[in-house]
Amino acid sequence: MAPKDEVPVITSNSIDDAFKIPKLECGAMADSNTFAAAPEHNEPLGFPGELIDNWQEVAIAKMGELAEKNRAFQVYLDACVKCGACTDKCHYFLGTSDPKNMPVARQDLLRSVYRRYYTFAGKYFPWLVGARDLTREVLDEWYTYYHQCSQCRRCSVSCPYGIDTAEISMAAREILDTVGMGQKYCNEIITKLKKTGNNLGLNPKALRATLEDLEEDLEDETGIPVRLPLDEKGADILLITPSADFFAEPHIDGLLGYAKVFHAAGVSWTISSYASEAANFGMFIGSYENMREVSWRIRQAAKDLGVKRIVFGECGHAWRVGYSFLNTLAGPFDFLDQNYPIPQHIMEFTSDAIDDGILKIDKSKNDEFVMTYHDSCNVARGSAMGRKEGGQFDLPRKVLQSVCNNYHDMDRDTIRENTFCCGGGGGLLTDDLMDLRIKGAKPRMTALQQVTADHGVTHMAAICAICKTQFSKVMPKYGYEMDNIMSVHQLVANAVVLDGQETDDDDAAPQAAATEET
Amino acid sequence: MLSTLYAVLFYVATIFMIVGTAMKVLKYARTPAPLKIPVSPAPRTKKGVWFRMFKEVAFFQSLFKSNKWIWIFAVLFHAGMLLVVLRHIRYFTQPVWGWVELIQPIGVYASFAMLIGLLGLLIRRIVVPRIRYISDPSDYLMLILFLGIVITGMGMKFVMPVDILAVKQFFLGLMRFQINELPASPAILTHLGLVAVLMIIFPISKLMHAPGVFFAPSRTQVDNAREFRHLSAWANQLPPLPEGIPEEGDV
Repeated sequence: MAPKDEVPVITSNSIDDAFKIPKLECGAMADSNTFAAAPEHNEPLGFPGELIDNWQEVAIAKMGELAEKNRAFQVYLDACVKCGACTDKCHYFLGTSDPKNMPVARQDLLRSVYRRYYTFAGKYFPWLVGARDLTREVLDEWYTYYHQCSQCRRCSVSCPYGIDTAEISMAAREILDTVGMGQKYCNEIITKLKKTGNNLGLNPKALRATLEDLEEDLEDETGIPVRLPLDEKGADILLITPSADFFAEPHIDGLLGYAKVFHAAGVSWTISSYASEAANFGMFIGSYENMREVSWRIRQAAKDLGVKRIVFGECGHAWRVGYSFLNTLAGPFDFLDQNYPIPQHIMEFTSDAIDDGILKIDKSKNDEFVMTYHDSCNVARGSAMGRKEGGQFDLPRKVLQSVCNNYHDMDRDTIRENTFCCGGGGGLLTDDLMDLRIKGAKPRMTALQQVTADHGVTHMAAICAICKTQFSKVMPKYGYEMDNIMSVHQLVANAVVLDGQETDDDDAAPQAAATEET
Repeated sequence: MLSTLYAVLFYVATIFMIVGTAMKVLKYARTPAPLKIPVSPAPRTKKGVWFRMFKEVAFFQSLFKSNKWIWIFAVLFHAGMLLVVLRHIRYFTQPVWGWVELIQPIGVYASFAMLIGLLGLLIRRIVVPRIRYISDPSDYLMLILFLGIVITGMGMKFVMPVDILAVKQFFLGLMRFQINELPASPAILTHLGLVAVLMIIFPISKLMHAPGVFFAPSRTQVDNAREFRHLSAWANQLPPLPEGIPEEGDV
C-alpha cells in the first residue's frame, strides 16, 4: 500500500493522463477510515447512538424496505450486467487504483448481500452469482468504501441502463445509519444545522456581526452602502446560500458578488438566520426524512419573512436538492411569486440581469486572470438552470465570459456532463479523508494542468462550496496556489461597476454588459 | 417420450418467462420513485424522454460514448440476436409472413454477428483485468449459454441439418396443445434445451436488464421538478412537520 501522504505526481501535461487506467491494486484504500459519529450526533437524526446488537437483522430488513420504497434502488440492483463500461469512470478509482472504487465493484459490495437475502439465485446458488452473507467484515467494508464515493453520478452517465452508484451509496449509508454506524462529518453537521440553522453552528448574533463587517468592507471598496440584510421581513428575495459563504475564501467573495448584483438590480433581499444554510447533508446520508427536515426550514423562513422569491447561492449539492427535490420535500410553494422559477439559482438571476443590461461591467478588472470553469458534479448531472437543456453548463460560462476577457474550457471529456468531481463531494470533505481527497482530485488537476500548459490558464472558477474548499486545500499539492480557485460571483464582483461607485482608473470606461453571448 | 418431455419443458419455460417477467415488471412499475433523479442534462418533456430512451435502446448511446469496444460487441450481439429471433418466427407461423421470408438470408448472416459479439464479450471478460475483477461465475456462464445456443443453431444450418419441417410441426403443435414428434437429433435437442434454460432463468437473472432499462428513473424521468411537484405515495403519508419557526434566541 502506498504511504498515506503520497501525492500522485503528474509528470506530463498530456490529457491522456487524466484518463489513464491504473493497474488494479487490491486493498489500496482498505485502510481509509472516516471517523465514526458519536451517539450525540446519531441520535438527533433519529438513528441509534452506536452499533445495535441485532444489526444484521435490522440491516437486512432495511435493505428490503429501501427496495420497496425506491424504484431506483431495486432496478439498479437487478439490472447490472457487469459490462464494465463504468469501471474506468470514477475519479477515485483513477486516483487510487483500488478496484473496489470502480463503480460496479462499489455497487457489488451491497448487491452481493442483496442477492443473498432477496433473490432466488442468491438464496440457493450464492457461489454462482457472487452472493455473500452480511458479516461484520462486510459491514465495515461498506463503511470504508461507501465513504469513498462522492455521489457525483459520472458513472451513471456511462451506464447503458443509467445505473447510478450515488443511489446505492446513499442507500448503503442509510442502512449504516440505521444500525448505528453513522459518519461523524455528516451527522455532526446535520445535528449542528438542526440546532443553529447552518452547518457551521453560527448563531444569529455571530452571523449578523459577520454580515455587518462585510457591509463595511463593501462600502470601503465601492464608496456605496451595499447591504447584506439579515432576517428582514418583507424583502422580495430570500437568499439561501452555503454557510461557507460567510467565512471561507474564496466563498465570501462570491457572497459579495451576489450582494453587488442584487444592489445593481435594485431588488430587496435578505438572508435568514433560521435557514442560513443551502447545503443539505441529508442527501449525502440518503435520509429522506432528514433531507425533508432540513428543507422544511427554508419553507418556514420564506413564509415567516414574507418573501416572494427564493434564490440559491453557489453550492453544488444544495442546488441539486434545491432544483430537483425542494418542491417535493417542502412544497408546494404556492405562496411565492409564480412568475419566477422556485427556487432560482443566483446564476440564473445574474444571467438575466446581464441580458437585461442592468449590470455595468468592466471586464478589464479581471484581466490578470486566465480563467477556466469547473462544472461541479451535482450541478452538472443532478440539476439544471435556465429554460434550455444544458443551461447548467451554459449559464455559468456565459456569466464568466461576460465578466472576464480570458477564458478557456478544459478537455471536453472532463467538463459538462462528463465533469470530474473535485474529489471532496458527497460528505467526504473532511480532514480524516485527506488522502482520498488528494488522490480523487487527480483527474481534474491533470485536465487543469493541460490548459495551463496549452493556454496559460491561471485560475479556475466553480459554483460549489465543497469544490471551492476542496480545491483550495488540494491545489497546492498539484503546483497551484490555494487562491487559484475562485467563485464565479467573485469575478462578477470584481467587474461590476455600481452606479456612483468611485473608480480609481477612469480611463477604463465601464460598458454595459453585452448580450451577444446568449 | 422425448417429445413429451420437451413439450412439457417448453410449456414450463414459457410460463416461467412470461409470468416471472411480468411479476418483476409489475413490481418495478409499482415501486415508487420518491425523488426526481434524472441524470441531467435531461429532457424537459415526456416526448424528449421517449427520444432519449429510443437512442439508448436502439443505439446504446451511452455505451457508445463510454466504451467503444463493449459497444461494438454488444451491438453485434444484440442486433444479430434480434434478426435471428425474427427469422425464427417462420417456425411458429403457417403460412410464413412475407417480411419474415424476406429477412431469412439476413438472419443467417446475423448469426455470425451474434457469434462474434459473444466471443468478443467473453474474451474481454477474461482478458481485461477490470472486467475479470467484477465477473462472477454466472457472468461467464450466461455468455457460454448464449454461445451454446448460437453454435448449435449454426451447426444445424451449416453442418448437420435436421428435419426442420418436423421441428416446425412440433412447435405449431405446441401452440395448439398437441404434441407432435420432435426429431431426436442431438443438435436440435441441445439447442432447444439451452433455449428453455434461458427462458426459465430470464426473470431471475441479469437478463432483467432488458425490461429494467425502461424503469431506471435516472433516464426515464422528465426534468421538470420545479414546475411540477413530484410526491410518492409513502412520502405523502409522512407525519407533517411543524409550521412556523421557534422563538428567536438560542434553541
